[in-house]
Amino acid sequence: MELTGADIFVHSLQDEGVEIIFGYPGGAVLHIYDALYRQDKIQHILTRHEQGATHAADGYARSTGKPGVVIVTSGPGATNAVTGIATAYMDSIPMVVFTGQVPTHLIGNDAFQEADNIGITRPCVKHNFLVKDVRDLAETIKKAFYVATTGRPGPVVVDIPKDITAEKTEYSYPDKVSMRSYNPVHVGHAGQIKRAVKLMLAAKRPMIYTGGGVILGNAAGSLTELAQLLGHPVTNTLMGLGAYPATERQFVGMLGMHGTYEANMAMHHCDVLIAIGARFDDRVTGNIEKFCPHAKIVHVDIDPSSISKNVKVDVPIVGCVDNVLKAMIKLIKGSKQRPDGAALKDWWQQIEDWRSKDCLKYDHTSELIKPQYVLESLYKATDGNAFVTSDVGQHQMWAAQFYKFDKPRRWINSGGLGTMGFGLPAAMGVQLAYRDETVVCVTGEGSIQMCIQELSTCKQYALPLKIVNLNNGYLGMVRQWQEFFYQGRYAMSYMESLPDFVKLAESYGHVGMKIEKPGDVESALEEAMAMKDRLVFMDFITDPAENVYPMIPAGGGQNEMILI
Amino acid sequence: MRHIISILMENEAGALSRVAGLFSARGYNIESLTVAPTEDPSLSRMTLVTRGTDEIIEQITKQLNKLVDVVKLMDMTDGPHIEREMMLTKVRAEGDGREELKRVSDIFRGRIIDVTDKTYTIELTGAGDKLDAFLQVLDRALIIEVVRSGVSGIARGERALKL
Ligand SMILES: Cc1cc2nc3c(=O)[nH]c(=O)nc-3n(C[C@H](O)[C@H](O)[C@H](O)COP(=O)(O)OP(=O)(O)OC[C@H]3O[C@@H](n4cnc5c(N)ncnc54)[C@H](O)[C@@H]3O)c2cc1C
Ligand SMILES: Cc1ncc(C[n+]2csc(CCOP(=O)(O)OP(=O)(O)O)c2C)c(N)n1
Ligand SMILES: [Mg+2]
Repeated sequence: MELTGADIFVHSLQDEGVEIIFGYPGGAVLHIYDALYRQDKIQHILTRHEQGATHAADGYARSTGKPGVVIVTSGPGATNAVTGIATAYMDSIPMVVFTGQVPTHLIGNDAFQEADNIGITRPCVKHNFLVKDVRDLAETIKKAFYVATTGRPGPVVVDIPKDITAEKTEYSYPDKVSMRSYNPVHVGHAGQIKRAVKLMLAAKRPMIYTGGGVILGNAAGSLTELAQLLGHPVTNTLMGLGAYPATERQFVGMLGMHGTYEANMAMHHCDVLIAIGARFDDRVTGNIEKFCPHAKIVHVDIDPSSISKNVKVDVPIVGCVDNVLKAMIKLIKGSKQRPDGAALKDWWQQIEDWRSKDCLKYDHTSELIKPQYVLESLYKATDGNAFVTSDVGQHQMWAAQFYKFDKPRRWINSGGLGTMGFGLPAAMGVQLAYRDETVVCVTGEGSIQMCIQELSTCKQYALPLKIVNLNNGYLGMVRQWQEFFYQGRYAMSYMESLPDFVKLAESYGHVGMKIEKPGDVESALEEAMAMKDRLVFMDFITDPAENVYPMIPAGGGQNEMILI
Repeated sequence: MRHIISILMENEAGALSRVAGLFSARGYNIESLTVAPTEDPSLSRMTLVTRGTDEIIEQITKQLNKLVDVVKLMDMTDGPHIEREMMLTKVRAEGDGREELKRVSDIFRGRIIDVTDKTYTIELTGAGDKLDAFLQVLDRALIIEVVRSGVSGIARGERALKL
C-alpha cells in the first residue's frame, strides 16, 4: 500500500521499536504531527522548548542505552535544538533528531522559517541526512538509527522537507542496512591485547582509568571482573562514574581537575596506565607535559581518533570495550603469570596514605548549609539508589564527589559541553523511562533558570522528580575562579533578583520547600522522598562562599592539587 | 611535512563541505583541494594537500576516515607517487618579448594555447615546484593572470586507491 511520507515516518519509528519521542510542533512538521495523532503506539512528549526536548531525549538515552528520538520544526525549532544536539555529541550519546524543513522547491530561497539545518548541525552531529525523495525516507531513517547507535555513538540529524511528508510511495522498512563507507570495528587486535595483558600482569604501580565508553559499551560487569582479577586501583572520569562500584575498596574516586587527591596522585606515579573508553580530556590530564611521566599506556577505544590524540600511547587497541575486556579476562585467567602481589601491596599502602588525607573533608560545624552535606544526606535518603541528573557548576562537582554510584547509567550529566540547563529536562527523560524509580535533579539557582519552563512539562506528564537546588546565590563555579584567579573581582557572577522558588514550583502545580538550616536538611529530604507522586522542588540556601576542593589549577600537573 | 591525501567519498551533496568543515573546525591547514567525480558515478575523488607534524597528519587521516561519507583514503606521500598540477598563465607578450616567452615556455614544456597580438596563454603541467619555478623565471610585470588546478596525485606501481 502507498503511504504518505508522514505515515512512513511514523511506521518507520514504530518498526524501529521507538516507544517515546520528544518534540514540539510547527508548520513544517504538521503532516507528521497529524500522522502521530492518528496512532497510539508511540508516545509523544511535548516539552516547553526544543532544547528541553533534546536534553530529555538525551537523558532517556543515557539512562536506558536506547537512542533518544526528537522531532522539531524547521527554522527556530531546529536552531533551538542545536544546544541539545551539541551536548549529546560531546558525550557520544545516541540520538536521532528529525528537523522539519521548508518544501524542497523553496530550499535556498530564504523561505519562511528556513534555516540550513544540515549546515548548522554538521559540526555537532555524527552524521546528518537531507531527505530529497520520499522513496528514500524509510531507508534514511534506518540508516540514521544504525549510525547513531553503532560504533562510537552520537546524534544524527534527519532533515525532512515538508513536501516529502505529503508525497506517497510504497512503504517497507529495511531489516538491516549496510553502508560501504561506515564499518565500525568491534573486536580488538589479538596481538595488541596480548601485549597489554603482559604489561598489566607485570605492573608494579598500575592504574585503571575508565570513562564514558565503559558505560556506553555496557561493559561495567566486565570492567569489575577484570579489575578484581588484577587487584588494581580504579578511577573513573566524570562520565565514567558508576562503571565501577564507588563503594568498593579498589575505587579511588574520580580523577581530574576536581577528582580526589588519591586518584590524581596514583595517576601521576603509576607505571602502567590502562585507559578504557576514556578520551584524555584536558580536565582529566591537567598539564599534558606533566601527565603520567612514568607510565606505559594502554588505551582501549572504539574510535581510532581518540587514540593518541592528546597523549601518545604505547599499546593502542581499537575495539568495543566489552569485547576487549572479555578477551583480556580470558588471557589473564589462562596465564600462569599472576599479578605482582608484593609490589601491589606496597602500591596500595602508598594509595591508602594518599587516601588518608581525606581530600573531600569539609566544615561540619558551620551554621550555614554546606552543599556537600546536602549531597551526603541525599545519598542516605535515597539509599544510593537514585538516578541523579545534574546541571553544570559547583553543584555538579559536589554531586560527582559525594554521591557514590555503584551502578552504571545512574549518573547523568553534561561533561563535554558542560551545558547549563541540562539537568531538569534530562531528568524528565529518565523518569519517563523509569516511572517507578527515584529521579533526582541536582542543580543550582543559575542553571535551573535556563530550562525552568520544563516544570510545566513535568506537571502535564505527572513526573515526580526531586529537584535539589543548591542555591548559593552565585554562578558558583564562575565565582570560585574569580576568587582564585581574578583577585575576587566578581564580575556578573552574583545572581540577583532570584524568584521565590517555592512559589514558582507551586505555580507550576508542584510542591516547593525552602531549607535554610543544616538541622533541617535530612528531614526535608526524607519528607520530599516520601512524596512519591509529586514533584518536589527543594530550595537549599547554601553557603555562598563554599568552593570545590581539591583542584588542579590551570597548567598544573595531576600531582599539583590544591587541597583545602 | 607536506602530505597529499586522496579520498574516495560518496558522491553526495554536501560531502565537500564535510571535509572543508572538518579542516576549519579543527584548525588543520589546507594548501589545496580538488574534487571531481570518478569513473564510478557514485564516488567522487578528492585530493588535498596539507602540512603538519606526524601526529597532526595521523589525526587528520583518522578524522577523515571517521566522516561517514568517506569510503577510503590514502596518504600518497606514504610511498612512491606521482603528483601533477595544471597551470594556465596569461602573460603580456609584445614586441621582442614574444620570442623570449615562447622559448621559456618550451623549456618548461608548456603549450601556448591562446594567442592574441598582445598576449599568450600558456598551459603547463607538472609537480607544484616545477610550476613555481616557471613563475619565478617570468618577469612579474608581464603576468596578467595565473590559474592553478590544485594538486592531484596517483601512487606508482601496483598501489592504488580503489574499492
Ligand atoms: C564544570 C566541569 C568540570 C569538570 N571536571 C572534570 C573532572 O574533574 N574530572 C573529569 O574526569 N571530568 C571533568 N569534566 C568532564 C570533562 O569535561 C569530560 O567530559 C570528561 O572528562 C570526558 O570523559 P571521558 O574521558 O570518560 O570521555 P567520554 O566523553 O565519555 O568519551 C567516551 C570515550 O569512549 C569511547 N567509546 C564509546 N563507546 C565505546 C565502546 N563501546 N567501546 C570502546 N570505547 C568506546 C569514545 O570513543 C570516547 O573516546 C568536567 C566537566 C565540567 C562541565
Ligand atoms: C549554557 C552555559 N552558559 C554558561 C556556562 C558557564 N558556566 C559554567 S558553571 C556556571 C555557573 C553555574 O551556576 P549555578 O547553576 O548556580 O551552579 P553553582 O556553580 O553555583 O553550583 C557558568 C555560568 C555554561 N556552562 N553553560
Ligand atoms: Mg549557584
